[in-house]
Order: sequence, then C-alpha cells, then structure tokens
Amino acid sequence: MSSSKNSAPRHYLFSTDHRVIGVQYLVLALVSVTIGTLLSLLMRIHLVWPDRIVPFHGPILPEDYLALVTIHGTIMLFFVLTTAPQSGFGNLILPSQIGARRMAFPVANAVSFWLTAAALVILLSSTFVPGGSAISGWTAYPPFSAIASAGPGQGAGMDLWLASIAVFAVAGTISAINTLVTIIKLRCEGMTWDRIPLTVWGWFTAALLSIIAFSVLLAALLLLFCDRHAGTSFFVPTGDLINGVIHAASHPGNGSPLLWLHLFWFFGHPEVYIAILPGLGLTSMLLANFSRRRVFAYRMMIVTTLLIGFLGILLWGHHMFVAGLNPYAASAFAVSTMAIAIPASAKVLSWLVTVWRSRPHYTTAMLFSLGFVSLFITGGLTGPVLAQPILDEYLHNTFFVVAHFHLIMAMAGIFGLFAATYYWFPLMTGRLMSESLGRLHFWTTILGAYATFLPMHLTGLMGEPRHYAQLIGVPNAAGHLLAGTLPLNRFITWSAIFLATAQLLFFANLIHSLRYGKPAPPNPWQATTLEWHPALHPNAPAEASEERIVVYRQPCEYLATAGEELILPQWSTEAIPNIKPE
Amino acid sequence: MIPFCIQPGSFALSLATWGLPFDASAHGPAVDHHLLLNLWIILGLAALAHLILLVGLVARRRAEATSWRVEYLPLAALTILFAFLTIRAERLWAATRYTGADPAALQVQVVGEQFAWYFRYPGTDYTFGITRPQLVDAGAGNPLGIDPADGHGADDIVTSELVLPTNRQVDLRINSLDVIHGFSVPEMRLKQNAVPGMTIHVHFTPKVPGTYAILCTQVCGMGHYRMNANLRVLPPEEFAAWLAAKQKSVQP
Repeated sequence: MSSSKNSAPRHYLFSTDHRVIGVQYLVLALVSVTIGTLLSLLMRIHLVWPDRIVPFHGPILPEDYLALVTIHGTIMLFFVLTTAPQSGFGNLILPSQIGARRMAFPVANAVSFWLTAAALVILLSSTFVPGGSAISGWTAYPPFSAIASAGPGQGAGMDLWLASIAVFAVAGTISAINTLVTIIKLRCEGMTWDRIPLTVWGWFTAALLSIIAFSVLLAALLLLFCDRHAGTSFFVPTGDLINGVIHAASHPGNGSPLLWLHLFWFFGHPEVYIAILPGLGLTSMLLANFSRRRVFAYRMMIVTTLLIGFLGILLWGHHMFVAGLNPYAASAFAVSTMAIAIPASAKVLSWLVTVWRSRPHYTTAMLFSLGFVSLFITGGLTGPVLAQPILDEYLHNTFFVVAHFHLIMAMAGIFGLFAATYYWFPLMTGRLMSESLGRLHFWTTILGAYATFLPMHLTGLMGEPRHYAQLIGVPNAAGHLLAGTLPLNRFITWSAIFLATAQLLFFANLIHSLRYGKPAPPNPWQATTLEWHPALHPNAPAEASEERIVVYRQPCEYLATAGEELILPQWSTEAIPNIKPE
Repeated sequence: MIPFCIQPGSFALSLATWGLPFDASAHGPAVDHHLLLNLWIILGLAALAHLILLVGLVARRRAEATSWRVEYLPLAALTILFAFLTIRAERLWAATRYTGADPAALQVQVVGEQFAWYFRYPGTDYTFGITRPQLVDAGAGNPLGIDPADGHGADDIVTSELVLPTNRQVDLRINSLDVIHGFSVPEMRLKQNAVPGMTIHVHFTPKVPGTYAILCTQVCGMGHYRMNANLRVLPPEEFAAWLAAKQKSVQP
C-alpha cells in the first residue's frame, strides 16, 4: 500500500501497513491514558476535598463520581492496557520478531483499528447524552445496568457503553485472529516454536485468551442489550422493584444477575492476563538482553506463559466469593487461583536468576523492566491473599483490591509499555530517547507508583470500600469508619498528583527526542531478536525486502569472553564454540 | 453510642493490626490472625525478592547464569507455602460457610434497597410473613411489602438499625429488592452481596457490645456511598428489653 498514487491522508490514515497501524494504536492509547489519568485525578481530588468546584463543570455530584469511576476503568482497561501492548506494539514489532514482513491480514488489521477508534468515540460520546455516562463501574452488574430507570447514566449512557464495548470486542477478536495466524503461518525459516522470542509467546497467549474471552463478553453484552430493549430477562429476576416500579411487564421471565457475573468474569479475568502477558514476555527479553545472559529456563518460561493463560480462564469465580456463589465452588476457584501463583513465581525466579550477578547495562528500558519485576512482585503477592475466600470476605471491594490490581496491572502494565517505548523508539523513529531524562522519569514514576498504591492497602484494611463518592459527611458509624482513612487518603491524592505530573517528563522526552534525539545506530541495544535484523529494519534499503531471513538460534545468546562481549543475534550463522550444557 | 474503634489506646493496636478495625465477632480473631499471617508472609517474600534482586544487581559479575536447580527448590518451597495457606484458609471458610446456622440462631432478614438497609425480625411466632413487591410502600410504613393477608406477618418487626444480642448466633437471610448491594459489617468481618431474586444465608456471632458500621460495598447507584446502617450489639438482657418494646409497638 505504499504506492505513490495514494494521497498522504489515505496513506497515513487508512494504511494497511502494520507499522502505521501500530503507531495509530499507540497514539490512540496515549490519548486514552491521558484522559483516563485526568479522570482519576479528578476522583482522587474529589475524594479528599469533596467541596472543590471543577472549572467548567461545577461540583462533582455522586453520579458524576461514579461516571468518572466507570469511564476511568473502561478506558484504562480496554483502550490502554489491552490496546497498547497487544495491538500497538504487537503490530509494530511482532511481524519482524518472527521474520515476517507483514501481518497475515492487512485489511482486517486496519478494520480492527478503526473499529477500536470508533469504540473509543462511542464511549466518550456517552458523556454528552441525557443522564450522562454509565455509573455502574466497568463491570456493569445487572439489574442495575439492565434497567434504564435504575439511576443516572443507566439509559442512553449505558447503551453507548454496551455498544462501545461490543465494537471493541469485535475489533479485539479480529486483531487476535490476525496475531495468531501471523505467528502460526508467517514465521521465517528456522523460527521454530522454541526459538520464538518470549514477547511473541506473550502476544500469542494473549491472542488465544482474547478470542475465547471476547466472544463470551460479546455474547453477554448482547444478552444484556436484549434485557434492556427486547423484553428478555436473562439477568432480571421476577418482581424486581426498582425506583418503585416492578419490571414484570418489561421483564416477564425469571433471570439471575449471577449469570452476568459468570459471563462477565469469564471474560474479565482473562482480560487482565491479556493486558500483562506481553509485558511478561518483554521483561524476560529485556532483562536477558541488558544482562547479556540467556533467559534462565527458556523453555520453562514458554510453558509458564501458556500455563498462566490456561489457568487464567479457569479462575473467574474468585471475583464472586461473596456474590452469592456456592461456598464449595468458591473453594474450587480458590485452588485454581492459588495455582496460578506457581507459574507466576517461576517467572519471577527466572528473572531473578537471569540478572543475578550480571552487572546489567542500566538503560532506561532496563530500569523500567526492573521496575516491572518489582511491581509484579509487590502487586502479585497480594493475589494469593485475595484468593482465599475467608480473607476476600473481608477485603472484597475494599481499597486493598484496588491497590492489588493497580500495582500489578496498571503500574506493572504501564512499566512494560514504558520499557517497550524506550526500547523500540529507535526502531520507530531512527532516534534514541534521552537517557538522562528517561532515568529521571523512571525514578519519579516508581516512587510515585509506590507512594500512591502502597498506602491503599492500608486504607483497604481499615475498611474503605471502593466506589464511594465521599468519605466526609457520611452518617452513622460508617461515617466514623470512613473518616479514619482521610489522612492516608490525602497522602495518596498528593502522591497521585506527583505521579501524574512526573509523566510530563515522558511527554517532554518523547517530543524532544522525535525532533532532536541522537540518531540511533542500526542495533543500539546489541539486541538478538529479528526486529533489529538489517533487512527487516524499517529504513532498510528497498532491495532488502527480497532478502531471505533465516534463524539459527534462540534469542538472547551471548558469549562472554575475557573483556569483551560477543552478541549472537538469531540470524547470526556463527557457531558457538564449546558451550557446556548445564 | 461511641464506636469501639476510638477507645483510648486503640491507635497502638491499629498499628499492630495494620489498621484493621476493631474485631467484635466470634469468628473474627481467627480470620484476623490468618490475614495478619498472610500479610507478614507476603511482606517477607516481597522483601526477600527485592533483596535478592538488589544483591544480584550490585554483586560482582559472574560469567554464566546459575544452574537449573535454583528454579525448582524455591518453586517447591513456594508451592508448599501456598498450599499451606490455602488449606488454612479453607478450614476457616468451611467453618463459617459450609454449614448453615444453628437451629437456635436468632433469625433476621436483611433487605437492601436503593439506598437503605432494612432488617426484619419474625416476631413472637418465629415465622416471617409473606412479602410481595406489589405491596412495598415505605411511605405507608411497609417498606418490605409484608402481606397483611398472611397472619405470620402481623407481628414482624421491621427496623432500620440491626440490633443483636452478644454471644448468640445470628442467621441472616440476605436479599435485595432492586439491584445488587453488598452487605458488609467490617467490625464483624462479614460481607455478602444482596442479590435480587436470591436469598442468601450467612451466620455469625457478635461478641462485644457496641455500635458498628453496616456498609454497602457493591456499587448500586448514586446514593451508594451513603447506603449504610448501624449495627447495635447489646448484652442479652438489654436486647430482650429492646425486642419486647418493639414487639409491643407492632402488637395489634
């Protein structure tokens, strides 16, 4: 599609070039993460200073607060944590990492991007409809979400939310099929399954999960839509009385809200692995690369990636321990959830051993990978705590849970994205990002991340529930319980403001380096994976597109001889002299 | 009416318990103990992992990575640790949830409605009257829709605060009139969603007299944050007096 007869907008806007689409996804994610972050700051500020007036808006009403929660969660989860690693960097890097020159279905690729963009516009447009955006959180539990009169935003706002996520689910499925087919069919010669970079294994497993999970989500969305508009009652029980009205005429059947929870979390839990799996793979590769070491237990890392994916679809019920689930079922889900701690621990062990006494090169990308490891450990360890039903009975829907998933998903997920950006920026632009600015960005961000999300464990233990529009002015004994968390909450809000402000360093670095960054050498990080292959490099000469790509070895092979490092990229034909099997 | 958690000296206590609210239920101390054990273990593991990471980063460089064995031993140890925690947690979970309440337990119904909690005691006949959503009329003093045609309902007591005696098991039957709510009593270490169309039983035993918070912990609409009630735990004789007074007021 690079023929000269195409006009510029057609070329850049409706391109089927996977690299252009990758950048489009990343720009979309950048816009989304900016909106999502600003919304979260509004929430944090309102929580501790509820009387502040927002310019151009006025006071934040309880329904506004819940709309902020809903849009923040939806936009961050779908349009940032799913889109950027999986579709953004997946498109940019995945084909070259397996020695392919394109994605399997270029047109479907463009379609899925434009559907994603449409989904974002639909979601944001719900702010402007009567009643405003949906206020039921990103989980949209019925009957609250099933009946338009249940509250502000549950009318047109909820319909738009459903439409947005449905369109996103279709786009995600198309994108996932594209990823899977590309990996299965378009690998170059010699790229056997055990030589595929772990990043690609992350994308592969996430794509498998996407296909399974998004189809169930789409089905659930359609059922909920039918409940709202077609007189069905999949999720609305008989005699449901909302706002003084019995909805027997509009919902004549006897449905169960729990059905939605099952369908939703069957999607919702794999979704968090879709968000984190590419980051897990990338972290392994970067730690190894900057330590000049092989990935410790490479094949085991492939197995644990697949195992995390497989177990990831078996444990949705741990969101439902106090939802009305049979207590015996809760026990089964507790065991499957605890089980996932084992492959996750194996990953952490591999990382620790890989960098152990290696004296790595502390590039910004490496720092963010180390930050990823740290946040994955800290955020991950509260997972087994929440997996125990008796403890979840106390901690469910408190800020302890918010702390857990923000550390592991939001923060570790974003650290993976930062590592990817600093690492692949030379490939995208031919320039290096500023390392000194990058280091400052890393240290302020990790400080801000921990200062913001660690204290949330404590307010959670103190009993602070999620989704509370106000902690001040609540009557009864509850008011006293909530007021006790205020000092810590003020600290968290200041930390969040600090964390968000630190991201200006990233934007400054991005903009500055685009124009004035140091020109990058062809393989600035001495990487071993194929995206740095001279013939697959974006600005390789035209005749390179004919060159045959052959892979001879696993990624991350290095020879440390006295005083010098010998890098053996996957395309290197050099034999390894005298390697002792371990 | 002073909540127990602001008693003098409780600040030091709250440091030792990571800020957990006062624990006033019979099953609570075991739960707290297990929770604190968990928190200390994960704090230890997080510290250990970060220590290994830091030492590994600053220590003198070694030529090659370590042997395969370092993967399996720690992994086996962690598996045993997680299994131990799972089994311990399961025993506590089974003790509170696998079996129903004692037949002698005090019966109370809990009903969530946007944005209030209602509590119903069965009265002198120990039987709850039939309710119908068509009859719900909070303005006319019948917020739960008790059917006047059913004799069992005539002596039912409906309150907006939950009053319970100490040291007697309570069997709560929880449901909701409209959307999903979260019935939560942090100081009793108790939480259970109230789901319309379902009646869910949980049971517990309050130990310490006092006034405690009942929250809603499942987002249910714009009034979610102020959907709460008080739980008042009284010594048995005071509870009996309270119940008698309430019963007198509903006697025909």
